[in-house]
Amino acid sequence: MLQLQSVTKVYPNGVHALERFSSEIQLGEIIAIIGGSGCGKSTLLRAIAGLDRASNGTVTLDGEAIAAPHAKVGIIFQEPRLLPWLTVADNIGFGLSELPAAERRERVARALERVGLADKAKVWPRELSGGQAQRVAIARALVAQPEVLLLDEPFSALDAFTRKDLQDHLLDLWADTRPTLILVTHDVEEAVVLADRVLVMRPHPGRLFEEITINLSRPRDRNAPLFEQFKRHVLTALDRSLDRTVPDTQGRREPGGGLWW
Amino acid sequence: MIMTVELQAPAVAATPQTASRPWAARLARPLLGLLLPLSLALAWELAVWAGWSNGRLVPPPSKVFTTIAELARSGELTRHITMTLTRVGIGFGLGVAAGTLLGGICGYWGLARRLIDPTVQALRAIPSIAWVPLFILWLGIFETSKVALIAVGVFFPVYLGLTGAILSVDRKIVEVGRVFRLSGPAMIRRILLPAVLPAYVVALRVGLGLGWMFVVAAEFMGASEGLGYLLIDGQQLGKPAQIVAAIVIFAIIGKATDWLLEIATAPLLRWQDSFARQSGAA
Repeated sequence: MLQLQSVTKVYPNGVHALERFSSEIQLGEIIAIIGGSGCGKSTLLRAIAGLDRASNGTVTLDGEAIAAPHAKVGIIFQEPRLLPWLTVADNIGFGLSELPAAERRERVARALERVGLADKAKVWPRELSGGQAQRVAIARALVAQPEVLLLDEPFSALDAFTRKDLQDHLLDLWADTRPTLILVTHDVEEAVVLADRVLVMRPHPGRLFEEITINLSRPRDRNAPLFEQFKRHVLTALDRSLDRTVPDTQGRREPGGGLWW
Repeated sequence: MIMTVELQAPAVAATPQTASRPWAARLARPLLGLLLPLSLALAWELAVWAGWSNGRLVPPPSKVFTTIAELARSGELTRHITMTLTRVGIGFGLGVAAGTLLGGICGYWGLARRLIDPTVQALRAIPSIAWVPLFILWLGIFETSKVALIAVGVFFPVYLGLTGAILSVDRKIVEVGRVFRLSGPAMIRRILLPAVLPAYVVALRVGLGLGWMFVVAAEFMGASEGLGYLLIDGQQLGKPAQIVAAIVIFAIIGKATDWLLEIATAPLLRWQDSFARQSGAA
């Protein structure tokens, strides 16, 4: 279980990126974090990844505090961030250097197969398309078998068709080992397609505004009326979160949390 | 899923294959570059042969080749070339070693950069030839001062290239290393070194070019051997053919060493060459 306890981040320049964010995320849950710019989505993700330390509050995974990158936590960025001097196969195996070579090769081969790029093993990253590169990035993160996989707007740079394809593919891969997925996104449909819970955040300072549970069975039909309804629900929450006249949701407010204004 | 894989398949076929290109076409491209200098040389040869010019100050190619052949026959050429190559080799080695060490430290370690870099930049502003009198006083007129001058010339581009390359390593790529919990040495070996390598190779090649430039300056200051000596000797004794011969040999050896450096580093930069390959085939 991933526990976030009043995680707060104040940058040295005084910007309150994140204010007392608390949540509990069960193993195998898919969480989408959505919100306007400056709501601290990426800050939160980087704190969970251990890339940036929170100024206050704690992130714990199975009771273990996370202050630095952790073996059980993987991350996929908006850009694939492949190492251009390594072939696709070596990129995927990058985090497995401690394994014996035979096992590493075998796991890389399986991961390549799984993301449908088995024929690209020896290709350089620059020869891949955007969607293919992001698939390699997904394979690189998943091959380490993380318990928690963080995704920072992973598909936002892709065209609509590739994006939809990769969303389905991600769910497919998730079903293999069922890690916890925490996905930051701008795309309401993406959030509703993927997530069990959508956390809507509001900016200045970044904090939780509303939590929406999407109890739709998978695979989800993007054209179903109920799907549309959830989408509208999330959109409305998003709109309200950006409306300064709407107060923070009562139940969610922490003491002092709303006094920042 | 399956559908996408099929859709992406044509992208592979579009990649040009170097191996399939006929060898004649691959050979013809560099030959194209020889066309201009060869026809100019030929035109001058004809002009002298036809008596339009006496070719005394600007010797025709045939005379230059005769000079080279004579020098080669007497064994003098080998002696001069060996001397110059030795100087460049030692000077280049020392300059690269110093530039790499200091550049690496200053690029990686911020405190060292703030301490050392301003001084290095100030020294860089001094034209290196200005050191010559001082070097001669300090190190004598013989080999040491010559090698030192070449090393100084090589040092700066290597130092600058390496610090610049380290500083411009993509933070996002470094973060990938952090996510996979690389230790300091592993981060250097697996992320920083390969990321820096292309710029470093360019710096080495620039350094080598400067090494060749400075060996001439070094050999102007009282050498009795070396290609630079051939230049001075040719000037003092009024033998333009010998000067041109030395220049031609400088060009050939300089280009050859650069080419060797390029070949030696090419396997390390194979991941970079796909653009060159594609535009070359176009």
